[in-house]
Amino acid sequence: MLRIACPYCGERDYIEFLYAGDAAREMPALSDTDIDRWTDFVFFRDDPKGEHAEYWQHQHGCRQWLKVIRDTVTHRVISVTPAIEAGLQADEDKVEVA
Amino acid sequence: MTRQSNRLQSGGRIDRSKPLSFSFDGKTYQGYAGDTLASALVANGVRLVGRSFKYHRPRGILTAGIEEPNALVTMRGGARHEPNVAATKAELYDGLEAVSQNRWPSLKHDMMSVVGLFSKLFAAGFYYKTFMGPTRGAWMVYEHFIRKAAGMGDPTTVPDADTYEKAHGFCDLLVVGAGPAGLAAAITAGRRGLRVILVEDDAQLGGSLLEAGGDAGAGEWLQSALIELDALPNVRVMTRTCVFGAYDGMTFALIERVSDHLKEPAPFQPRQRYWRIRAERAILASGQIERPLVFGNNDLPGVMLAGAVRTYVNRHAALPGRKAVVFTNNDSAYATAADLRAAGADVSLVDVRSHISGDLRERMNRSGVELHLGCAVGRANGGRQVASVDIVPFDPARPARAAIRTRLTCDLLAVSGGWTPTLHLMGQRGAKPVYDEASAALVANTIPEGFDIAGGAAGEDGLKASVAGGVRAGEAAAKACGQDGQGAQGRPLADGLADAPEVTPITPVWQIPHPLNTRARKKFVDLQHDVGAEDLELAQREGYVSVEHTKRYTTLGMANDQGKTSNLNALGIMAGLRGQPIAEVGTTTFRPPYRPVSIGVLTGPETGLHFKPSRRSPMHDWHEAQGADFTTTGLWLRPWYFPNPGETRAEAYIREAAHVRRAVGMVDVSSLGKIDVQGPDAAEFLNRVYVNGFKKLPVGKARYGVMLRPDGIVMDDGTTSRISQDHYFMTTTTGGAGKVMSHLEFLLQTAWPDLRVHVTSVTSQWAGMAIAGPRSREVLEGVISDIDLSDEGTPFMGVRHGHAGDLPVRVLRISFSGERAYEVYTPAGYGMALWQRLLEQGKSCDMCVYGVEALGALRIEKGHVAGGELEGRTTLADMGLGRMASTKKPFIGGALAQREGMIDPDRPQLVGLELANGAGTLRAGAILCDPAARYTRAIARGGSIPEPVAPNPADKGFTPGNGSGHMGHGIGFVSSVTWSPELNRNIALGYVSGGMARKGEQIDAVFPMYDELTAVRVTSPHFVDPEGERLHG
Repeated sequence: MLRIACPYCGERDYIEFLYAGDAAREMPALSDTDIDRWTDFVFFRDDPKGEHAEYWQHQHGCRQWLKVIRDTVTHRVISVTPAIEAGLQADEDKVEVA
Repeated sequence: MTRQSNRLQSGGRIDRSKPLSFSFDGKTYQGYAGDTLASALVANGVRLVGRSFKYHRPRGILTAGIEEPNALVTMRGGARHEPNVAATKAELYDGLEAVSQNRWPSLKHDMMSVVGLFSKLFAAGFYYKTFMGPTRGAWMVYEHFIRKAAGMGDPTTVPDADTYEKAHGFCDLLVVGAGPAGLAAAITAGRRGLRVILVEDDAQLGGSLLEAGGDAGAGEWLQSALIELDALPNVRVMTRTCVFGAYDGMTFALIERVSDHLKEPAPFQPRQRYWRIRAERAILASGQIERPLVFGNNDLPGVMLAGAVRTYVNRHAALPGRKAVVFTNNDSAYATAADLRAAGADVSLVDVRSHISGDLRERMNRSGVELHLGCAVGRANGGRQVASVDIVPFDPARPARAAIRTRLTCDLLAVSGGWTPTLHLMGQRGAKPVYDEASAALVANTIPEGFDIAGGAAGEDGLKASVAGGVRAGEAAAKACGQDGQGAQGRPLADGLADAPEVTPITPVWQIPHPLNTRARKKFVDLQHDVGAEDLELAQREGYVSVEHTKRYTTLGMANDQGKTSNLNALGIMAGLRGQPIAEVGTTTFRPPYRPVSIGVLTGPETGLHFKPSRRSPMHDWHEAQGADFTTTGLWLRPWYFPNPGETRAEAYIREAAHVRRAVGMVDVSSLGKIDVQGPDAAEFLNRVYVNGFKKLPVGKARYGVMLRPDGIVMDDGTTSRISQDHYFMTTTTGGAGKVMSHLEFLLQTAWPDLRVHVTSVTSQWAGMAIAGPRSREVLEGVISDIDLSDEGTPFMGVRHGHAGDLPVRVLRISFSGERAYEVYTPAGYGMALWQRLLEQGKSCDMCVYGVEALGALRIEKGHVAGGELEGRTTLADMGLGRMASTKKPFIGGALAQREGMIDPDRPQLVGLELANGAGTLRAGAILCDPAARYTRAIARGGSIPEPVAPNPADKGFTPGNGSGHMGHGIGFVSSVTWSPELNRNIALGYVSGGMARKGEQIDAVFPMYDELTAVRVTSPHFVDPEGERLHG
């Protein structure tokens, strides 16, 4: 059974979590009306062999959305970060680039 | 009562002071405490215990363990009936009843054994060949008989009388197997303070030590190990427990057989317990499984693995035969020969090897065992049991057919083809074992992270080596868990143990050719599935070369023993046929479970009402006391209708709905999803998730909102009220609440972490009740004193806070029924009190209580969408709400809602439906079809055009056929149906291509399951009060 170390609650069985797939994708800006970009975000996924960034929500725990790096071959969980931190970090990076 | 004819006078780990009575196939026998069913049968001289899977050949006991392919029996009866129990694993209890399987009318006279005469017809791939080609039709005829002939025990048809439990465990170290290596590992790690769980499938600890007989030091070592283990409080010992699965994250699945050794479980005890254990480390000390040898008639009763013979003699004091032949290719069977001889049997030993150590030769001479070196058993002979064996000269380097040299009469043939380490749990983690030439076995190649192996599983031979291996693994585990051994005390565990004697290496032999001048006899590889060496040859010849293909084509290793005794022999034979080394043939994949697991224990206590949790409203007890019938929405139990005495469901809901429109009714809406949205950016957030705007919603007002999924499909709807500038109160559908909450959290935590908004589920915190009907205001005014409920004080969509006496309330003037209505919320703990006050006040206003069926009838009359319409495929425009979408601001789902297929004008759109001729049945789920298609197709077929018919209401059966004349997906479907008390007729909502443009048209509603064709007319979905005047009535 996959075990995920929730940064808030500690290590827990995966059955406490909701899986929500690829976390590498980035939602287009809401004002973006380009159907192709949204289609890409909503429907298209890479299927990597090896490390995969994915969203899990600790639904039956703290309810935080987590960004989990998991090896799809060994199922080893490589890292777990709160999605909100990852998101804020990405926003800051963008600002710096700009 | 029969004498135990084959019971030895002394010895064994049985308790002769506790005789037990049991029956097999109706005949009563005696055994002792400490026996298994198999050992007790051996002690009573019972040889024939079952018939084989395909050919119905007589079969006896082959093994003494979990790997048993033959001795499967049906135990117990009635609601505790259990088929396919390995007699070798069934502990004897007084009154045990077992019957043999796969035979008719009796085990001795099995009619189906004639199948064996036609064995060529049932060769490898028999199923696949029968399914195809000209014999396919015949299959339809014969399937019934073949299915009956092939197979194992029958399942029961009555509910299980037993209960099961689930449990969780955590430890630093899990040790699998309590033989010498496992015991040594557990003690070593235990001394260093690790939390250890030691698991043993047997009832007793000791593993191979239990069957070691007089081996030097074995008994003494075991005794002192058990004493020390008992004194270690941090080592938990679980017997009668099998680790059947190893999963990600060092999680293990175990079955503890709490009561299988009893006639029935003790009061309040489960039959079995399903454990999930999370460990830091695991040591496999799971030992080895012996392989049979493959020669003609090697499946006769009386052919037994040499190690199993030793177990029966030494552990159970049961002698499997008095005139024995031991056939081997390795040293281990020599101990069996010596033990048999010591127990008083005549013994001849046949070894394919020409040379053995002087020590072994000397021991055999001393005990009087006749040796046949450089020979093989060419075939066994006998009817229902082995009577003799034909010995042929044999050179393992050049296996060839040879003339029979001599015939030995015997009643027991003990065979050993070598031993395979039990590495299934590591295999399940993806570490496939590989073939090792030196030990002629599949051995560990890579060891998964967190795992270790010790003892026989690691190829360590003999007591001293196994103990040393266990100590090493235990120390390594302690170190890995951060225990360096400080403070650990105890005697060195391997001290005083004798070194293993000199070993002559095994000579692998995969099959013995038929003797010259004899007819070929079946040589079985997989005894449980009746797969022979010739089936493997056929599979190779027909091109099923890869090991995975051969397995599936011949079904080798696919029976419930999962090929524990057959896999390596099969690989050896395949390698021989292909002229390749075994390592290149490869191995099949190991998957859980290691042993058969009953479905009951996996389900555990989660059956019936406990299958899933139930959510109850704060007023649930009152509903129950009123005799409400309940329905489920998600996890919620909701009152469906409140029948008066003698009322049917239809009568009840029609009465309730009519009462609401006439006077006033109250319904429990506590199950609605409720989410508190707070923060300075709350308005901006809602604006982004709802299609319509919420920024300009004034404080004290509610608004109906619809949210889309990112793909543009409608996700959920509900009303959201503005409580204050930064505080909104959102309601969702009962079923959609969880999904919406996760969706909102996802957006806030991933896409828009900059928004200063917090969402909190408050579903359980609020009790909700809706009061609807022309007199609803009258009821509320009698209960709530500090809110102005006049149309000016609380207008339509107004939100107010006040009190009902001392109870705080939140009042929303919103309506699902189309009548003047109020939703009243109070903290959940006050729910029942408020409900009671409203009921009391309602008495003077002719108020009734109604359930969700009436609620549904009222909303269908109004054309309001709900579960049947919000079904995950519809767009806003499909629901007729296209104009709700704001054009002034972007929202989730907005972009993809503009996709070509989503704006196709031919998409089915919401309409109302009525019976066109007043006849027939409106059914939710019916497919709507264009009548023109019915005509076209009927004419093309040259047949008659089916007329819409009113089916017989009594006929609820399935009538196959296509009397409707329609095919395909149609042009829409019926989503919700009800009887309208207001209109006094059946009405429905549905989606139809073209939508309201078809108003007035007659179309076909087809329900293929009942072969129904009903003519319906398209109408407006707003059946009652389309202008909405009653909202203010």
